[in-house]
Amino acid sequence: MTGPNRVRFYQTGTFTVGNRLLDVSVGSVQSDAERNNSLNSGHRACQGCGEALGARYALDAAMRAVDGRLVVANATGCLEVFSTPYPESSWRVAWLHSLFANAASVATGMAAAMKVKGRRDVRVIAQGGDGGTVDIGFACLSGMFERNDDVLYICYDNEAYMNTGVQRSSATPAAARTATTPAAGDQPGNVFGQGKSVPLIAMAHGIPYVGTASVADLRDLEYKVGRAMAIRGARYLHVHVPCPLGWGCPTGDTIKVARLAAESGLFPIFEAEAGEVTGRRLIRRPVRAEEYLKTQTRFAHLFNPKRDEARLALIQRIADRNIERFGLVEQEAVA
Amino acid sequence: MKSQRLVQGNEACAHAAMYAGCNFYAGYPITPSSEVMEILSYELPARGRVFIQMEDEIASISAIIGAAWGGAKTLTATSGPGFSLMQEGIGYAAITETPCVIVNCQRWGPSTGQPTKGAQGDVMQAIWGTHGDHPVIVLTASNVRDTFEMTVRAFNLAEKHRVPVILLIDEVVAHMRENIDWPEPGDLEVIERARPAEAKGFRPFAGDAFLPFGAGARFHVTGLAHGPEGFAVSDEAAAKELRRMVGKIMDRKVELAMADRYLLEDAEVGIVAYGITARPAQAAVDLLRAEGVRAGLLNLKTLWPFPDHLVAEVSERVGLIVSPELNMGQLVREIERAAAGRCAVRAVGRVDGHLLTPAQIATEAMDALRAGADRGMAERSAEGVRA
Repeated sequence: MTGPNRVRFYQTGTFTVGNRLLDVSVGSVQSDAERNNSLNSGHRACQGCGEALGARYALDAAMRAVDGRLVVANATGCLEVFSTPYPESSWRVAWLHSLFANAASVATGMAAAMKVKGRRDVRVIAQGGDGGTVDIGFACLSGMFERNDDVLYICYDNEAYMNTGVQRSSATPAAARTATTPAAGDQPGNVFGQGKSVPLIAMAHGIPYVGTASVADLRDLEYKVGRAMAIRGARYLHVHVPCPLGWGCPTGDTIKVARLAAESGLFPIFEAEAGEVTGRRLIRRPVRAEEYLKTQTRFAHLFNPKRDEARLALIQRIADRNIERFGLVEQEAVA
Repeated sequence: MKSQRLVQGNEACAHAAMYAGCNFYAGYPITPSSEVMEILSYELPARGRVFIQMEDEIASISAIIGAAWGGAKTLTATSGPGFSLMQEGIGYAAITETPCVIVNCQRWGPSTGQPTKGAQGDVMQAIWGTHGDHPVIVLTASNVRDTFEMTVRAFNLAEKHRVPVILLIDEVVAHMRENIDWPEPGDLEVIERARPAEAKGFRPFAGDAFLPFGAGARFHVTGLAHGPEGFAVSDEAAAKELRRMVGKIMDRKVELAMADRYLLEDAEVGIVAYGITARPAQAAVDLLRAEGVRAGLLNLKTLWPFPDHLVAEVSERVGLIVSPELNMGQLVREIERAAAGRCAVRAVGRVDGHLLTPAQIATEAMDALRAGADRGMAERSAEGVRA
């Protein structure tokens, strides 16, 4: 008796992904039994991998948006490593592993070749982790933006080089402990005032579409991929994907941690067209930054052996700045 | 008794760098070299020295060159793909005669290849990877203790000869843990770069003396062909400088040569090996001797300038040289050239990501001996084969 009722209560009337009771046209891509399963099961990602989840949703959404006519260039990194070794190869898309630095350029070449062949219907995605995007692959990415090549570049940001053993990248947040930013000395963890926001840099190139998304809101991720695929030219999507291994959080908390990052304002979710912010995902239940930090051992030195009030305040300031800059909290809610 | 430590090759390398006085590291994470940078990321700042994580290997090699001209003793460590990215910078370091050390923990290539599998496929690249003739010194090590000593030696040679020195180890040596006698200060020689008698009138490319920027002289450093003053030149002047630059290393071939010998005195079969492969090669010597074949090992520690004379010496005494490598035959070409037809040379390559075994090397040696006997081409060595 309670079974059917509970299913209806849980699944209808919400945006819960996996809702198979909604019509296919309004349900999520993942809820569609005919979804592509672009990153299929059987790969060797760690438990709770945010990147595996994000890539699966993003590519399935893209495959639906372009009716399956999609080719993908993939930079070196966790995503490439855990999805390729035989017999654990998991891709159900035309997929090319490039090098670490050059996925954007390889995608440029593929898109140009499709164009000269008159195959404008075949669309191109390049994807990589934060290291391959914000550091070593940055020059190629900037070139792709500057030429406005017809490529969607997706960065799955887990905020460090996880595949090589958790070394910092320039997407690593302030104070985070990594293998190369030890929690030692008078500035434990990653130094404040470093790092870069590639979404903002992408916007500065004036490209048609830039979006950020999080595995905490997979409907939003699917929407943004669909939006990006409806546009021609260079597009950039930056997806926040927790890494339980590198961040030091329970493997079952990936979504929770990602949600706290967004709800605290530390990871702003927004979209922009031609350099102007056109949308943002409002914070529904604002939380203090430290509620997010507490969930991960990479920030443990901020709380033990004693609270590091100065650094906690600095991080809260970063969150506040994001909230103000992107208008993440409705004014009524602030009051 | 000396203190002993159980350490990885990468750990030995990082500590040896500090032992040699390295006060600047710039690098980028890459398997299987990352431990070098991870260790230095806290050890160097704790000593008031500089550690910087760069955004890629192009930046890493460039930063150590810049830091060297700022007066630092500099190191970067990487592996195959990163080493490929560094090639232009290595050429720049060579033409600007910049003392710096590059450690390459070789992995299976080309390209991404097999990041966690050892290989010796970067030998020719280490020697010839950047474009143009250029001076460079290439060293290698076959165990953890050697890695420590050769790292210190790499710094010494870089300082002494103002040249980029490349230390080639491999994934296995990099990650293998061995108990080693830990060098105390003073146990190993540490050489500092020569300074000019006075800064005034310093000619930056006129010899081995080195003066960093900010030490009293104002001068020009460029990757263009240049003369002793650092200003660009062409034609015969460029040729003259290039010959001097390459000559300063190639003319010191004998002085720079380093090798270990094992049972070579009475050998009729010489195994010429280097790096990790020297270890199964040494065991292969024992296997062959147990079979009645007088084998010996020449374990090369200097790969470039290639120690022709050491190989030539072996080739004069043996009927067969066996050249085992974890590649499809790279250093064997140098070995064949140095042997100059005085004995047969058998290449033994392995490229499946695993190490050569003693039995493989010994079997190949026996096979080569038999083949030589059949053809009547290696009479001396044939005497060693039992019917």
